[in-house]
Amino acid sequence: MYITVKYFGQIAEVTNKDEETVEVIGGQVSDLLEVLNTRYDQLKNEDFQIAQNQELVSLETALTGLEIALLPPFAGG
Amino acid sequence: MKDKKPKNVFKEGAISSDFIGHSIYKHQTKTNIGAHNIFLGQVRADEIDGKTVSAIEYTAYEAMANQKFHDIREAAFEKFDLTCMHIYHSLGTVKAGEICLFVFVSSPHRKVVFEALQYIVEAIKANVPVFGKEIFEDSSHQWKVNS
Repeated sequence: MYITVKYFGQIAEVTNKDEETVEVIGGQVSDLLEVLNTRYDQLKNEDFQIAQNQELVSLETALTGLEIALLPPFAGG
Repeated sequence: MKDKKPKNVFKEGAISSDFIGHSIYKHQTKTNIGAHNIFLGQVRADEIDGKTVSAIEYTAYEAMANQKFHDIREAAFEKFDLTCMHIYHSLGTVKAGEICLFVFVSSPHRKVVFEALQYIVEAIKANVPVFGKEIFEDSSHQWKVNS
């Protein structure tokens, strides 16, 4: 399945882009992360949460095909 | 005063004292209000390893952030007897000393607004996907993390 992945803050510095479409074989968030870790060496050193369709999810969550976002630590306020 | 759809909470650049003052003025017609409480987040010129922060550049996952602001708003109305509530957050560059967050709550009585404001500000810091790039005077940067 093809998934739109968005990057923010320091994560976007690692990927050097804000957004891309990623092909994933396998049905869990962890499968997507595996693809991204292969693509971006530095990603495993970064601290981030993952959102699917704007809700935080875990690595075991099933991919739905909706938008994924990699969110570094929040700094609002 | 509940809203069904998320509003856009973000404003480009710093939140001016004129804007804040005008918001207070606009509430003078709502005479069932007896107490306002206001939180203003200001960019601090932190010194880190001998370098001073001159500004913070804010970005956000805007769709999710506006939804989270909306959820916080709904939860606060549920929890506290508020007459109204306004939240504004900056995007883009905000210089040290300028305001980046403005939260304004109003109620008939004072006790409610003290509790509600703290609840809202803490929820914003913990749950809203806003990111802050701290720019130093020499143009280098680091990423801010809420403590």
